[in-house]
Amino acid sequence: MLLIDISFYVFSTVILSSALLVVVSRNPVHSVLWLILMFLSCAGLFVLLGAEFVAMLLVIVYVGAVAVLFLFVVMMLDIDFGSLRSEFARYMPIAGLICIILLMELSLVFGVWQTAESAEQARAVITPDLSQVQNTAALGHVIYSKYIYLFQTAGLILLVAMIGAIVLTVRDRPNIKRQDVLSQIYRDPKEQLKIIDVESGKGL
Amino acid sequence: MNGSSYNIFNSSNYFGWSETQGVLEVIQILLPEIVLAVFSMIVLLGAVYSRKNKTTSIVFWGTATTFLLVSIFIIFRGAAVYTAFGGAFIDDLFSRYLKVLILLSAAIILMLSQDFLKRNNLFKFEYPILMTLSVVGMMMMVSAGDLMSLYMGLELQSLSLYVLASFSRDSVRSTEAGLKYFVLGALSSGMLLYGSSLIYGYSGSTVFSEIFITASANEKSLGFVFGLVFITIGMAFKVSAVPFHMWTPDVYEGAPTPVTAFLATAPKVAAMGLFARVVHDAFGGAFNDWSQILILLSVLSMLFGSIAAIGQKDIKRLMAYSSISHMGFALMGLTSGGLEGVQSMLIYMAIYVMMNIGTFAFIISMEVDGKPVSEINSLQMYSKTNPGRSMALLILMFSLAGIPPLLGFFGKFYVLKAAITSELYLLATAGVIASVIGAFYYLRIIYYIYFGENPRALDQTHSLFNQTVLVISALAMVLGVVNLFGLEFVSEIAANALVN
Repeated sequence: MLLIDISFYVFSTVILSSALLVVVSRNPVHSVLWLILMFLSCAGLFVLLGAEFVAMLLVIVYVGAVAVLFLFVVMMLDIDFGSLRSEFARYMPIAGLICIILLMELSLVFGVWQTAESAEQARAVITPDLSQVQNTAALGHVIYSKYIYLFQTAGLILLVAMIGAIVLTVRDRPNIKRQDVLSQIYRDPKEQLKIIDVESGKGL
Repeated sequence: MNGSSYNIFNSSNYFGWSETQGVLEVIQILLPEIVLAVFSMIVLLGAVYSRKNKTTSIVFWGTATTFLLVSIFIIFRGAAVYTAFGGAFIDDLFSRYLKVLILLSAAIILMLSQDFLKRNNLFKFEYPILMTLSVVGMMMMVSAGDLMSLYMGLELQSLSLYVLASFSRDSVRSTEAGLKYFVLGALSSGMLLYGSSLIYGYSGSTVFSEIFITASANEKSLGFVFGLVFITIGMAFKVSAVPFHMWTPDVYEGAPTPVTAFLATAPKVAAMGLFARVVHDAFGGAFNDWSQILILLSVLSMLFGSIAAIGQKDIKRLMAYSSISHMGFALMGLTSGGLEGVQSMLIYMAIYVMMNIGTFAFIISMEVDGKPVSEINSLQMYSKTNPGRSMALLILMFSLAGIPPLLGFFGKFYVLKAAITSELYLLATAGVIASVIGAFYYLRIIYYIYFGENPRALDQTHSLFNQTVLVISALAMVLGVVNLFGLEFVSEIAANALVN
């Protein structure tokens, strides 16, 4: 028990401090690296909860794909972070005020947090017995049966994202010469090539 | 563990979901959505693999026809209530009413867009496909019976709309509109999700019917109310109710005009339907908690929408403020609660869509020297050159202002009646004041058309279809007063399906 408690607090502290560093660090590349650390610690929290699958998903998808993509974008885009930062400083007082108000309100909420009496039971009904089934298998069973509707819709949303990316960026450029491999292969040397016997001293 | 010993189909209630519905039955229930989704994918493949220029026109007509056929199919579905996926999808008369409204308005707007898109080099087959996917999202929204399906539907429709808003990618305004819409939309989704997580934490379920049971208890935790507030904020963003309206004028102005027309009609209907669905199906027991939020949203939207529109010089911005104000009125109906409240909201939305389609049929065709314009100034003395269209516009503007005896008046009448029945006198008074203020800017447009000073020549390039829609819509404003096209009866049974 004690070990779990300690690791919970370690992970939480790392999450909070690295989240803060994402926002305040001067170099955007460092920000992304802090973000990766935050994702990893979140994965740690999921492992503590016994949700290995979600933890691994977080590492593979967020750290492996999303964060690396962020890194690419940050390095490839030529953004003047200095001017962005001055904007940031301009709105800092009001943003800080709103943050403090929200924080106070949220602490009010969680100070008196309680759940409905039926909530625990409602959650227990849909949670399978962990001695019978691993959580990856349990997820697989519901995703492709009970939640197939949501799963398919997620697919449609990704399709929209793909169509959107193509519509907004791809351009037809008719003036560009493209490599046409087939026509290269099917060129006949007899037609394309002419061998001329040039006499020396005369030229063509 | 041994994988083969565990079988979901043997333990039917294991996941709180009984295996009573076969695949065929589920497909039958979701047929309209499935047809549209599959249609969009087939068309996408077909259009990509064929010669682009020839097929685009066919795709436009085909999509509009499909919308029409699907809406006819939904109309003939009868009164039965179907649910699927353990209550995540509800197909009742309420959702069918809204789906028909969404499909018909989307079909008409799609046909109205054609000419504008052709002239501005935006005539691409992706436009109707994105519209179809967005319509699928809207249909999911009004059929949502679970916080998760609500969110998925909402994201599907919004994501398509973000792309459509920046469809004119070479125009800085359009890209800016898309980006602004995207960022603020993401913010609102975040709020909605945060609220959903609080609600789930409190009630232990995401299904509306389960939430309803916990929401009906007398003692509610502060966290539950917080979740309710966050979800309401998320939805208020989508219906652009003040103070969550900031994106509306900029997006309406920057987006290509046909997209603006689309934004002003079908998504508003879907978001309002979703709003009604959530507050009744999920939070019906917490009426006092949400009704005060809605009253505030409603009053602010009506007044701010009317006052801020006064200074506008751009007709698209003006229509944005006008839609904010109209959403305030629709929210007033919803706030009144009960059968009459929902019914008045449904009537209001139907009339609002009819008026907006007519007005946008004209705005889409506003051009000077082949370039689309949207300054109100360019309408000066329009009646001299085009008495017919001016007359149609006059009727539509009067109707938007809610001047009797036109159809727009009856929309406001039902909403105000519902508010007075539930003894929300102050709200009703604010509504009347707002509609008087709002009349000013509608009348100003008419003033320009009939008594303006420097005549500016708008092009005479109205396509036949746009002209017909404009005239039909104006005629509907006059003829509709006889029996509201049976809206009263239809909306009553639709509202009945939701409230009971």
